[in-house]
Amino acid sequence: MKKIYPDAATALDGLLFDGMTIAAGGFGLCGIPELLIAAIRDAGTKDLTVASNNAGVDGFGLGLLLETRQVRKMISSYVGENAEFMRQYLSGELELEFNPQGTLAERMRAGGAGIPGFYTATGVGTVIAEGKEVKTFNGREYILETGIIADLSIVKAWKADPSGNLVFRKTARNFNPPAATCGKTCIVEVEEIVPMGSLDPDTIHLPGIYVHRLIQGQHEKRIEQRTVRKREGV
Amino acid sequence: MAVEQKGWNRNQMAARAAQELQDGWYVNLGIGIPTLVSNYIPEGVNVTLQSENGMLGMGPFPFEGEEDADLINAGKQTITELPQTAFFDSAQSFAMIRGGKIAMAILGAMEVAENGDLANWMIPGKLVKGMGGAMDLVAGVGRVVVVMDHTNKAGESKVLRDCTLPLTGKGVVDRIITNLGVLDVVEGGLRIVECADGVTEAELRAATEATILD
Repeated sequence: MKKIYPDAATALDGLLFDGMTIAAGGFGLCGIPELLIAAIRDAGTKDLTVASNNAGVDGFGLGLLLETRQVRKMISSYVGENAEFMRQYLSGELELEFNPQGTLAERMRAGGAGIPGFYTATGVGTVIAEGKEVKTFNGREYILETGIIADLSIVKAWKADPSGNLVFRKTARNFNPPAATCGKTCIVEVEEIVPMGSLDPDTIHLPGIYVHRLIQGQHEKRIEQRTVRKREGV
Repeated sequence: MAVEQKGWNRNQMAARAAQELQDGWYVNLGIGIPTLVSNYIPEGVNVTLQSENGMLGMGPFPFEGEEDADLINAGKQTITELPQTAFFDSAQSFAMIRGGKIAMAILGAMEVAENGDLANWMIPGKLVKGMGGAMDLVAGVGRVVVVMDHTNKAGESKVLRDCTLPLTGKGVVDRIITNLGVLDVVEGGLRIVECADGVTEAELRAATEATILD
């Protein structure tokens, strides 16, 4: 079965439906599936639940889907950079489920690994623990968190081979591998699809078994906080 | 309007916090004053900085023109890598945090209580940004050091008997470093470790709502 599709819209064909759950990779604007997000915006799919560490910024990344009111609920750890998000949340238009960052990553990993729930000390004694089962192991309290299984995963990698084996680059890896594994279907956008056999099997970060559809495209890769230091002397 | 702050300034607090670091440790530094700690790591002390978005061995900010959109820290700032740098995904990153492999986290706070409760992620009705990785860090790392101003803008103590804001972690703080001094969380309250330059013990006690043991 061929995994390579010509563009994001074609790769999404037949997979989108109103009310679906989408898991997205990325941290801030780093390593986000920007082409697939834009294509979902264009498709107009509504009432989405999106599990993603962040919610993009106004006008870029998941911020695009917030502007068009396509998102009903976000599952995120940090949404501080998005004014439109704040406005919709505070006015009650948008539902928000805060997950601690590591809990969110592990929920995706667990969902993809066939683990329906796990106990963690993260959030014990906080609002995060409300309504959750508490269990004591070796004298310490832990809360039960559940794995996430999404209808669709949208992921950004650096390189792929035609079989879907993926290589990520630097900190753009972040949530992409766990998000990829937890989707019933996973679409990956890459900067380059390389010929079969040109990736060293020992250096593959995520094997192609998790990848169902693949596209290659130009990425803007916007920088959120450009921070530099001065060169000393000249 | 800048009011002259008593005791240590931001850089002095960061320098004091850097004294907490031990050779060979893996450490996570939060946003704000904790980020400055990396400027004051003592000579001969080698620490590896973890950035929870998926990196060990965080280097300094890049020179202008050398920024890489794929290389950022947890504050989304562009950074650089070092010869010993390793990258990994978010699940792996928090596995090492939750698994107790990170020796220390140094982070900021809105409030700390005498029992070690920490609040630093939310002001109901006002600020809803999220906890990011803070809840995982304080629950998982070996030692939690808070660096913050001793009082808020209204001059009220941020070192309290009980936190009033939603908690980030319960009983998680080991040491508090403020502009007025250093306090340890111990059985029954706080114990003064040292006072900041030009601050007396009486002044530190007067500025603190929490119980300070004799």
